[in-house]
Amino acid sequence: MSEQLFKVTIDNITVEVPAGTTILQAARQIGGDVTPPAMCFYTPLKGSGGKCRTCLVEVSKGSEKDPRPMPKLVASCRTTVMDGMEVKSVTSQRVLDARAGVVEFLLINHPLDCPICDQAGECHLQDLSYEHGKGGTRYEFQRRTFKKHDLGEFIQLHMTRCILCYRCVFTADQVTDKRAHGVLDRGDHAEIATYIEKNLANDFIGNVIDVCPVGALTDKTFRFKNRVWFTKPVNAHRDCDKCCGEVTLWMRGDEVFRVTARKDEWGEIKTSEKTGKTGWICNDCRFEKKKASDWTVEGLAPIARHSVIGQGKYPGLQRPSETIERVLDGRKPRLLMDIHTVSEVNKPGIELSEIKGPATGDVFKQ
Amino acid sequence: MARKLLLEKAHVEGIRYYDVYRREGGYRSVEKALKGMTPDEVTEEVKKSGLRGRGGAGFPAGMKWSFLAKPEGVPRYLVVNADESEPGTFKDRYLMEFLPHLLIEGMILSSYALGANRSYIYIRGEYAWIPDILEQAIAEARHNGWLGKNILGTGYELEIYVQRGAGAYICGEETALLESLEGKRGNPRIKPPFPAVKGLWDCPTVVNNVETIAAVVPIINEGGDEYAKIGVGRSTGTKLMSACGNINKPGVYEIDMTISVEEFIFSDEYCGGIRNGKRLKACIPGGSSVPILPANLLLKTAKGETRYMNYESLSDGGFATGSMLGSGGFIVLDEDQCIVKNTYTLARFYRHESCGQCSPCREGTGWMEKILWNLETGKGKMSDIDLLWDIQSKIEGNTICPLGDAAAWPVAAAIRHFRDEFEWHVLHPDECTRRNYGLAHYADPIYVPATA
Repeated sequence: MSEQLFKVTIDNITVEVPAGTTILQAARQIGGDVTPPAMCFYTPLKGSGGKCRTCLVEVSKGSEKDPRPMPKLVASCRTTVMDGMEVKSVTSQRVLDARAGVVEFLLINHPLDCPICDQAGECHLQDLSYEHGKGGTRYEFQRRTFKKHDLGEFIQLHMTRCILCYRCVFTADQVTDKRAHGVLDRGDHAEIATYIEKNLANDFIGNVIDVCPVGALTDKTFRFKNRVWFTKPVNAHRDCDKCCGEVTLWMRGDEVFRVTARKDEWGEIKTSEKTGKTGWICNDCRFEKKKASDWTVEGLAPIARHSVIGQGKYPGLQRPSETIERVLDGRKPRLLMDIHTVSEVNKPGIELSEIKGPATGDVFKQ
Repeated sequence: MARKLLLEKAHVEGIRYYDVYRREGGYRSVEKALKGMTPDEVTEEVKKSGLRGRGGAGFPAGMKWSFLAKPEGVPRYLVVNADESEPGTFKDRYLMEFLPHLLIEGMILSSYALGANRSYIYIRGEYAWIPDILEQAIAEARHNGWLGKNILGTGYELEIYVQRGAGAYICGEETALLESLEGKRGNPRIKPPFPAVKGLWDCPTVVNNVETIAAVVPIINEGGDEYAKIGVGRSTGTKLMSACGNINKPGVYEIDMTISVEEFIFSDEYCGGIRNGKRLKACIPGGSSVPILPANLLLKTAKGETRYMNYESLSDGGFATGSMLGSGGFIVLDEDQCIVKNTYTLARFYRHESCGQCSPCREGTGWMEKILWNLETGKGKMSDIDLLWDIQSKIEGNTICPLGDAAAWPVAAAIRHFRDEFEWHVLHPDECTRRNYGLAHYADPIYVPATA
């Protein structure tokens, strides 16, 4: 039964997938433009998906047995394929319109504060609006705001950026011992919170940062430290008794700015090579081990070609030749004076990655 | 005088209590079914009766019952949806308040047909006093041997529980209701799987409206074929209508679906005409989520035929020129009512009641409310009307549950039929805050082209 393969055609490309595969999963096998975007679906999380409606597709033929088309657009992340099913993703104007509509809905109350958002550069909402959204907005009203909630020392919550994908709720349910946060209230004033201010400090709660598709939940220990595209992701591991210990370090020079779990091309946490299970990482690895010496570095982490993080980090990259050496007939430029040898004015002793919170004028004043 | 099946005994004094209800012939259908019929025969009678779900969608109840998965060793549940929150609908309240035993009798029959040993009544939180009435009726029924173990010596066991909701419209959607009943946040589930396969606690479940379950009683008493003779076409039996708005006699009426809309509004037996001698402007015939119709399209279809109070006739012409019978919340608007304000009120309701799970409904309902408020207060622009139309079309059909559709349809219908009133609001920003557009041409006869 389990070996039974279903033929499914998505945008005129046919693949064979096992029974029980969702349309989204089948489309990801094809890859490229055909794949619907997914903001709330997350493969390792049971029960996720179906909420954001960005992955809507048109089923123009139900199956070989029952060729009737489905009357409504369906959420591809939660609809399983049938043998002979024909799906239209980018070839259907209805789908494109609906998708553009969903992007507009997601953005009307979004603060669009990307310039100061730590998620910028690896934000799925940025990608989504760039690929499927429109240039302008028709929304003329005040954007929604929320009372601020403090989620403790590790996790920063920006409720205005949240798209209510429920991923963090599922993560807390399925990965940690006890869920301490959830969705309060309903409708457009629904929010992620703990009801009574609680410190989210469960061993694996840091994973909510990785699953958050937007900048609603970010790493407090990385807050305003650096833009992600200035840091270099490298794969590393350590022996951890709590988790698989396989991580991506986000480094600049020898400094470790941030530690995250390893993600695949869809932004989902990869299966660990060691344990064979989803590679969730513990809070210790994520928040405490911020020295390069804590880790065994394996090498550069793969970065999607379209990603801004990939800037200048490809091996075999052709760099423009240096002009100075050429015009000086091969002589090296000489440093006339290193300011740090004669002056402490720039406070070279202060390591930016080790101060608490963002670097402000106060840091250098003391 | 139309035949009454549900409310026949509603005015007998003390019918709320078991002794009177039993004296008036109550519970004889249970005797008939449990002693003389198999569960499948009960289901068959309901199928033959053509009874359609009275909650709004009008899905045939017998068909729904036959879809119920029946795996061995897994309990099955019947859940009665008494979360009657649709603005304009109050028929279930009337039934439960005055005839609680009718509901219990129907539940025993339905549970027997479905093979359920535990049944639930999920009642909306705002009906704070009704759970006591139901609990009392359940206690009386148990005391007299109609509930509990070994009912009537047949070995059939049934317990009925009453669960109050906490005041959310969305919990009237069947899967959200089940979530809420399980003690979780009332978010609708993604279908499939349908409740008939995986419902309450992942067990096969049937969710039916109060009126649907109550209608099973006369079906068993009289037989499915007899029941099907009442009414017309696929609208069989009788339907409770909750009439409200600008009419002389608001209230719950039982109709047999053969009368015309005009008769229902203007005859003394039913609504008794428009209050204060005003003229009819518009009507929402089936609860707040169904499309609103102007007077001329309400009384006559686009083909110039008389419109009747039944499922088919009210939806004649589709959404372009028709509406729906829905849950039977009949809201009548007279010439003094403002359609823009009415639409705004409905949009505000749906914004408040959206569960916030899927993005189009969560964000779109609030957006529509804000635009409609601008139009209503004379701050609107001509482009806002088209924008509203675009927003509702992006919500409709793109959400998990029908609340998105329910929020989109009233706005769509208001713009479709009353666009000039919206435009008048834009063109006369001062005047629209002082007076209403009035009846205008909305009751004028519609030109019907002659056909060869």
